[in-house]
Amino acid sequence: MKSITNLSKVLLPAILASVAFTACKPGKAVDSVDGDASKKVYVAPGKYDELYMFASGGFSGQVAAYGLPSGRLLKVIPVFSQNAENGYGYSEETKPMLNTSHGFVPWDDAHHTQLSKTNGQDDGRWLFINGNNTPRIARINLSTFKTEEIIELPNVGGNHASPYCTENTEYIVGNTRFSIPMDATQDVPIDSYKENFKGAATFIKVDKEKGTMNVAFQLIVPGYNYDLARAGKGVSKDWMFFSTYNSEQANTLLEVNASQRDKDFIMAVNWKKAEALVAQGKGKRVPAKYAHNVWDEKTHSATSTMMKDVLMLNVQDYPGLVYYIPCPKSPHGADVSPDGEFFVASGKLAAVIPVFSFKKMLAAIEKQDFEDQRADMGIPVLKYASVLEGEVEKPGLGPLHTEFDDQGYAYTSMFVSSEIVKWKVSTREIIDRIPTYYSIGHLSVPGGDNKKPYGKYVVALNKITKDRYLPTGPELTQSAQLIDITGNKMKLLLDFPTIGEPHYAQSIAADLITKNQVKFFKLEENHHPYAVKSEKDTRVVRKGNRVDVYMSAIRSHLAPDNIEGIKLGDEVYFHLTNLEQDWDVPHGFAVKGANTAELLVMPGETATLKWTPDRSAIFPFYCTDFCSALHQEMAGYVRVSPANSNVPISYKIGNNPLAKK
Amino acid sequence: MQVRSRIIVAISAALMISAYFLPLWQIILEAPQYPEGLGMKIWLNNITGNIDQINGLNHYIGMKHIIVDDFVEFKVLPYVFAFIIAVGLFAAYDGRLTWLKIWFGLLVVFAVVGLTDFYLWEYDYGHNLDPMAAIKVPGMNYQPPLIGYKQLLNFLAGSLPDIGGVIVVAAALMAGGVMVHEMRLKNKKI
Repeated sequence: MKSITNLSKVLLPAILASVAFTACKPGKAVDSVDGDASKKVYVAPGKYDELYMFASGGFSGQVAAYGLPSGRLLKVIPVFSQNAENGYGYSEETKPMLNTSHGFVPWDDAHHTQLSKTNGQDDGRWLFINGNNTPRIARINLSTFKTEEIIELPNVGGNHASPYCTENTEYIVGNTRFSIPMDATQDVPIDSYKENFKGAATFIKVDKEKGTMNVAFQLIVPGYNYDLARAGKGVSKDWMFFSTYNSEQANTLLEVNASQRDKDFIMAVNWKKAEALVAQGKGKRVPAKYAHNVWDEKTHSATSTMMKDVLMLNVQDYPGLVYYIPCPKSPHGADVSPDGEFFVASGKLAAVIPVFSFKKMLAAIEKQDFEDQRADMGIPVLKYASVLEGEVEKPGLGPLHTEFDDQGYAYTSMFVSSEIVKWKVSTREIIDRIPTYYSIGHLSVPGGDNKKPYGKYVVALNKITKDRYLPTGPELTQSAQLIDITGNKMKLLLDFPTIGEPHYAQSIAADLITKNQVKFFKLEENHHPYAVKSEKDTRVVRKGNRVDVYMSAIRSHLAPDNIEGIKLGDEVYFHLTNLEQDWDVPHGFAVKGANTAELLVMPGETATLKWTPDRSAIFPFYCTDFCSALHQEMAGYVRVSPANSNVPISYKIGNNPLAKK
Repeated sequence: MQVRSRIIVAISAALMISAYFLPLWQIILEAPQYPEGLGMKIWLNNITGNIDQINGLNHYIGMKHIIVDDFVEFKVLPYVFAFIIAVGLFAAYDGRLTWLKIWFGLLVVFAVVGLTDFYLWEYDYGHNLDPMAAIKVPGMNYQPPLIGYKQLLNFLAGSLPDIGGVIVVAAALMAGGVMVHEMRLKNKKI
């Protein structure tokens, strides 16, 4: 008995201690789903969402349009990747959109969506998005939701600090995430990085009316990694702020070697000054090869032009153009407050979020308040303390990006601690924090980079979902989370899965987009060289071994629908014109054995599918978009004869007593 | 006629001029796929609206295409109607009740002939279908209603006076009212 008592004397405290210890486990940030969440995100059938959200598709290379607050996917807009669903990048008309100086590149890594702006407000005209891998910027027309233009960036490796635009979309920028030797440089060893590798801050002029892009100039800057950028606005509208890391200039094992310095930089560029220098004829045109691809809505076709040179300004030669501001450590986002006075940099390995003052920056420049020990590459480095307004203390781990609402608050995403932190811009005091599931990258407040943000919501764009949805094997969806920011406390409303990786998104009030919507293309304005304006013009024409089929589609037949005289060895071009002139009546086209994809042709549009038959046979073709009650009947045959046959070209469609036109 | 009556007759004739600027009749079509509706407006000399879409849809049932040039009415009507208005104005100017009666009679004849003609066209379009049509419903015709609504397959077809038509009818009723009033006056005098 005694031994048992002794044992209990020992065990009991041990048990109590372990219970107490367990109870001491620190609590997690609590999931704060809004009690009224279902009401706040419910958009009744037939009703419209309040906002469009344009999210990058990340490694899908595309852009997706969602409705907010419902999170419903409205459309995937093909941009940098071929899209078999509608023939983008497969049809003869769209193939030139994906041309680059490296040839046809049918994929890219899409990162940041950027809505065009007027007076610092989203105007709903265009959406820009950068391709990171083969450096490009695309422009999407938001009246048609079509990619209208893609321009390649020369001298850039990884176009990541892109495509942020100035207050009136005068310029959009791109800059290198992987500094490289300039394109004209000869073969050099990789470890000559410090000597030969450079950044090229690229300013692309955007036409005020048409939106067309042209590389205006490149500022040649030190060979660091340029991560993100934002334009100033209001007081700071003439400036562009880039974040940089790897000021160590490492070229191997960057995760260690690019994380040594306590501070990297924010690079402040006076673009107005650069523009003035260019107007004075400063800078040098340097040979460079890059593609400029433009879609024409009248010919329904793209053309690709290979550009030959680019205007470069070496920033060391022009004092006052560029300044560096030290910033703790490996900064990621560089975000500007709605009034343009503060810029917030998030050192992803830093313990604080520094908030810089534009006014103080100008004063420091005025006083030449430079750090003398690090006048890097001949560019003045301002003193951290003289530009700093203050720091947000203990914000969380891994701060990445900051956006602003209309009430004077800022929201910063925390990758490592997987949360959003709300803080007050004027006092830098932390107000609230909310967990995200999981590992948030960018975040997005509607109009969050505008002079007058729309506010109301913040969307978390997450990299990892793990257990948040029904599992789908090893490859899981990524997700966005909608959070209500109307109260003091942030409240989670909705999780929704996304296409690809929802890298960054921007949202805009729906009416700014809906008022410009194109419902169909006017047939009389179709200037496609192979268009037919009526069924009477349909025909088949042979030129050598090229056969052009001028085909029309209208409910519910393709014309012609019997084609003979094609021979093995021919290249057949089906040019399909959709004769419909009504909303939401696309027709599709597919032919057996085609090595491309289908065509999806909007009313009034013409598209071309190239087909090289591989055998002598009868091949059916048909409409792929369920267009009408007699869609299944919308089909035809093409006969392919042996190469040496003498079957003449012939084509027909059965006498149609119903078609008077 | 009283001066007041003559003024009203003049106004009613003048109101009818609006028929040259406003649509007289409308055909409305609604279907699940067309929540916004399709429509045609019938003017004194034209048909406007979604004619191409309606023709496109009608080809499934083998209905003839609606083509403005097929209607000789549109070439004649502007002159006929100008004559009617002129008679009305003359009746007001002349002031004799007989002329008002003639005018009102003309209006009634015009309405009866017009609606009959409209009905015959509707009958022709609704019954005279192509035997090759893809959709054939035994016993079914597609004649739209003269006035009112009728379900035709997936379409609810409506046929109603449009703003111009309403004004003309109202003006004619005004003229009729004046005529009745003047006839009563005359009877009292006797």
